Amino acid sequence: MTDPVIIVGGSLGGLRTAESLRRSGYSGPIRVFGEEPHAPYNRPPLSKEVLAERVDHAAVAFPQGDTTADVEWILGTRVDHIDLGRNIVRDNRGEEHSYSGVVVATGLRSRHMDLPAMPTSGVHSVRSLDDAMALRAVLTPGTRIVIYGAGFIGCEVAATAKKLGVDVIVVGKGPVPLLRPLGVQLASDIQARHEAHGVKFFMNSKITRVIGGDRVESVLLDNGVEIWCNAFVEAIGSEPNVELLHGNDVDIEHGIRVDDNLRITRADGTPWPNAFAVGDVARFPIPRFSDRVRRVEHWNIPTEMSRKVGKVLSASLAGSAELEDEITKAFDPIPTFWSDQFELSLLAYGLIDEADRVELLEGRENDDCVYGYFCGDDLVGVCGVGMRSAVMAYRSRVGRKPASAS
Amino acid sequence: MLKIHVDMEKCQHYGQCVFEAPAVFRLNGEDKLEYEATADDSERDNIQLAIEVCPMQAIKFAE
Ligand SMILES: Cc1cc2nc3c(=O)[nH]c(=O)nc-3n(C[C@H](O)[C@H](O)[C@H](O)COP(=O)(O)OP(=O)(O)OC[C@H]3O[C@@H](n4cnc5c(N)ncnc54)[C@H](O)[C@@H]3O)c2cc1C
Ligand code: SF4
Repeated sequence: MTDPVIIVGGSLGGLRTAESLRRSGYSGPIRVFGEEPHAPYNRPPLSKEVLAERVDHAAVAFPQGDTTADVEWILGTRVDHIDLGRNIVRDNRGEEHSYSGVVVATGLRSRHMDLPAMPTSGVHSVRSLDDAMALRAVLTPGTRIVIYGAGFIGCEVAATAKKLGVDVIVVGKGPVPLLRPLGVQLASDIQARHEAHGVKFFMNSKITRVIGGDRVESVLLDNGVEIWCNAFVEAIGSEPNVELLHGNDVDIEHGIRVDDNLRITRADGTPWPNAFAVGDVARFPIPRFSDRVRRVEHWNIPTEMSRKVGKVLSASLAGSAELEDEITKAFDPIPTFWSDQFELSLLAYGLIDEADRVELLEGRENDDCVYGYFCGDDLVGVCGVGMRSAVMAYRSRVGRKPASAS
Repeated sequence: MLKIHVDMEKCQHYGQCVFEAPAVFRLNGEDKLEYEATADDSERDNIQLAIEVCPMQAIKFAE
């Protein structure tokens, strides 16, 4: 029997890779290892509907079609190691599995504070369905939560919890929430809207202690202020799940380095045969911006990467002539994200954090509008508050002109 | 003929589907999604891509 294609990570990137392999004509065996016990489900609702409405896995599971009916899902099982030289993965029971091709789609995990003593309960984060289910159990009217981290997940959890009647306090390191991803104008607008709904912010602050034994009782800020609370949510970012590639000739600092065909590369830049990484865990170049490699933690990325990997891997396994043609087309997506917080609905394209200047393109500040993010003269990103059609019209224009791409 | 259904309770009008299958999906003057309930078989692949990219997973082929 031929060795299967093994996909590590049973979430969005894993599922889309299986679908794409089938769509690209690969008909051999596919085996997916997923550490979570759940079939692939959609993560964005975890900070919204899953907290606000009592929905379960079925409500957020990705629909699966006939094309992937014969995919073998090995859930609740972690892969501990991949040996790229021997084409073998080892699972957490010590069993080894040979592969013809491997795709790593292991995503991220929540980052945790490095504090000596943490209370044994009442400390939450939001990355998985189980995390969200545990958090929503404490989001009852009249309780108070402190959220540490004023990024997208922190702000979305704040908005959802507030709507549920929870007393919400956000502690953030920067001067305003969402500063790095959005720029100061829009970020201040968002903070004001949150405050109008009753969310409180302690910005320019660090948490130095989380106090409590069996349960969280309070948090201590670096300026000495102590805030009591019933629960504490860490939303201070995430770390890529790259450890399974330790011991290989790879570059896995801050994510798995892949080339413009999403093939895992050796330290010298040459690709490993039939080994790929997709989704949040991958570090890749986006030629329309520059040759800088970076991770992009947006939902549209795993799907777009999987389309590419399905084509390249199935052509490679079939030994077909299409491979040469396919690998000349560099992967070059347009990053897309959205966020909903209270009445605010954001839609953005591009790489906003590469900008050195923000300009109001349409509409009015503190109202429905479109911001343009520039690096020099190049429009590297747009973000709309409402005004959907207007933002969408800019989508194909984001990027850098070849002259300034270095 | 293909039949398409969008769950308008779920749809948040993000317009991602519009880029994949512009012949089927569009945003109207109020920035709300409008779509063709039926489409030619030649649109199957585009609609499948639209199903995949919809953040709310609101689109499906209807029986
Ligand atoms: C709360 C929340 C809200 C979000 N909201 C938005 C939003 O509004 N807009 C947006 O654009 N994006 C949003 N995102 C980001 C988006 O969900 C991610 O970009 C997307 O889930 C990435 O998919 P992935 O398959 O690469 O990784 P993941 O979804 O992280 O999946 C990786 C999977 O691999 C498994 N795994 C890890 N290591 C191993 C191993 N060694 N062996 C086996 N399995 C393993 C993990 O358990 C996990 O199931 C949000 C994310 C979160 C958490
Ligand atoms: S992609 Fe989904 S949510 Fe967005 S407009 Fe289309 S159907 Fe609605």
